[in-house]
Amino acid sequence: MAKSKIKYLAIEGLPKGYLIILGVLGLLALVGVLSAHHMETEGHIVTGMNNQIVWGLPHVFAVFLIVAASGALNIASISSVFKRSLYKPMARLSGIVAIALLVGGLMVLVLDLGRPDRLLVTITHVNPKSIFTWNILLYSGFIGIVAVYLWTMMERKMNAYSRPVGIAAFIWRLVLTTGTGSIFGFLVARQGYDAAILAPMFIALSFAYGLAIFLLVLFAAYSFTGRELGDKVVTRLTNLMGVFISAALFFVVVYHLTNLYATEHHAWEAFILLGKNGGGPYATAFWLVQILIGSLIPLAMIFSGYALKSRKLVGLMAALVIIGGFGQMYATIIGGQAFPLVLFPGAEITSSFYDGVAGTYSPSIWEFLLGLGGVSLSLAVIAFAVKILPFLPESLADTIVDPHHSD
Amino acid sequence: MSSNNDSNGSRRTFLKGTAALAAGLAIAPGVRLLGVAKAKPDNEAVTSIVRWGMLIDTTKCSECEVCVEACHAENGIKDQGDPATTPQWIRKLMARDSLTGHVVTLPMMCQHCENPPCADVCPTGASFRRADGIVLVDRHICIGCRYCMMACPYKARSFEHINVTDQAPHAPRGKGTVEACTMCVHRVDKDQQPACVDACNERGHGAMVFGDLKDPESEISQELVRYGGTQIRADLGLNTGIRYRGI
Amino acid sequence: MRSLFRLVIHAGLTVALGLPALATAEVPFPDIPRGKGDKCVAPTDVIRQTHMDLLLHKRDQTMHQGIRTKQYSLRECLNCHVQAKEDGSYPDIHSKEHFCNACHSYAAVTIDCFQCHVPRPDDAANK
Repeated sequence: MAKSKIKYLAIEGLPKGYLIILGVLGLLALVGVLSAHHMETEGHIVTGMNNQIVWGLPHVFAVFLIVAASGALNIASISSVFKRSLYKPMARLSGIVAIALLVGGLMVLVLDLGRPDRLLVTITHVNPKSIFTWNILLYSGFIGIVAVYLWTMMERKMNAYSRPVGIAAFIWRLVLTTGTGSIFGFLVARQGYDAAILAPMFIALSFAYGLAIFLLVLFAAYSFTGRELGDKVVTRLTNLMGVFISAALFFVVVYHLTNLYATEHHAWEAFILLGKNGGGPYATAFWLVQILIGSLIPLAMIFSGYALKSRKLVGLMAALVIIGGFGQMYATIIGGQAFPLVLFPGAEITSSFYDGVAGTYSPSIWEFLLGLGGVSLSLAVIAFAVKILPFLPESLADTIVDPHHSD
Repeated sequence: MSSNNDSNGSRRTFLKGTAALAAGLAIAPGVRLLGVAKAKPDNEAVTSIVRWGMLIDTTKCSECEVCVEACHAENGIKDQGDPATTPQWIRKLMARDSLTGHVVTLPMMCQHCENPPCADVCPTGASFRRADGIVLVDRHICIGCRYCMMACPYKARSFEHINVTDQAPHAPRGKGTVEACTMCVHRVDKDQQPACVDACNERGHGAMVFGDLKDPESEISQELVRYGGTQIRADLGLNTGIRYRGI
Repeated sequence: MRSLFRLVIHAGLTVALGLPALATAEVPFPDIPRGKGDKCVAPTDVIRQTHMDLLLHKRDQTMHQGIRTKQYSLRECLNCHVQAKEDGSYPDIHSKEHFCNACHSYAAVTIDCFQCHVPRPDDAANK
């Protein structure tokens, strides 16, 4: 590796607007916490969730943020594990974005519990067979290991350990996303889940979501601080996004092809792909948001070269991927639950408890505010971190990131 | 045991069979009478010598809701207004074969699996199976994550969406936790049958038989040996404690 | 982060840790309603100091092992200690007339037993 001449600088002084940004984000996070308090005091009756759709919008936000968190670490991993020097200057930012997204996601997840006051019970009473138990370890371990990873990158004396810790963090994040995908993949009873492919699919999706958020954070940070961000970095990250979206699409296609081949799953596929039997909202979330807005349009923008015409277009492309991500989570999490359980294959079932019919769900404002609070907390953590510690390189100009660069 | 005020015939036969077996086993060395007799002293822990279960004969089950009413009365479950959020510990299900049009109606509730998926996924162990096969939620350590509801193949569980008051003293239930059929564990521990079974018998249907699946002399075991019994979603290999006939 | 974490932990914990010092200085010792029996299942000082442990132990035994003896059963505490008022009604769990809450509000220790358990004797559970 070439000796790095990168200089990292915290944001000096109090630039105009910084406190406003931090204040607004903090306020939104607080509103999220207050919404959760309302949900806890009144009960989940104030949400749109019910006995059919037991996980609602908070899980959409939380799982998205957690999946994106593991993906956001990719930039650092590519630098440390795969020794790509162009990514090295951005490794620190990648680490802090990863931690921040996970913290925001966990906030939403925890505050949506029926009894968030009993969070500590998960430490005093542990069921080692539960995937949630594994995830509690994986999530807290992730924050720890990435924090150490950041330390090895930011403390000169620790630099020598940066690679082994980076490799450990990379493996950890792969296991973490596997664990997140398996929350759904291991549910034997539900037609939309119960598939091992959900774990690698979530990993591929995490690459795209994490990078999309990283790109937007990078743009925001460099335009806010007025530091230089060269085309080299932007071009590379944009092309990388093309690879990630394609990989995610591959898994999505294989997942549905597998189901389409098996007659057993045809009803589920008709529900999620064609919107049959009440699957309309989820088919829309899938085709319009996840596939068209979140995958095909960004891919077309990237591979046609159109996105690279301006930073705004790259930003738009990243934003579309994030919107698509929410669509995917909505279709996967809500759609998967809305499809009725198959108790008697080959029979139409009815009851007073919504057997045989699609569950209905219309999220309430409280759920949305809680989710938004989590996003805001993540962004506030990033804004705060880059202010006080040297996460951002002074410049990401082409000549800095690639000393052998020649025009 | 003879002081049991249960008046229905099938229950009596069931007890008689048990008593006979208990007497037979009493002379065998090392075999504890208690394990087989139904009346467990209050200070003894339940054991896996028994496994409670039910056999539901759908050919005797009609479009009545008496089991549902009895369950909800027994366990203090009231209509909360919104059917989407009101808990249902037991419900009547109607299954109509898409090809033949054959209709079966049956009560559906927690199937008290030997390998319950709810207990597998529960992070705190709040969902658990008691030694005698009854699957319960320990709401003292339930954090309300609802993962068990995602995992249950039978939609047997409900989340408590509101502040609950006036619970039945033997059936504590509260906001933010998950609940389901307890097989009337408070009655079973007092040597009584679940409320739904009693109600079905009192109505004269006799579609539900409750008993010890591990006791070969029990009415439920004898009926299962003679007629067999089907598990719902047997493909999942959960070995349910609730078996059905006529499906 | 810190303020968030604090909110995540039950507010009651904060109250429990923070307020007793203030409370003891000004609030008079509560008037604890008497039970209907002659004596409790254990000496008063033992009960005062360890009732939470006894109840917790019994709770797990009953829940997981089906042990339903009466000693240290929450239901039996209520059956004896919660008595009807003159008008026949039973004290609200949030009022200081309720046996449990008389002390717990004084000591500022939040309990969540009665989010699920009905706070009245068995024979008056639905009154």
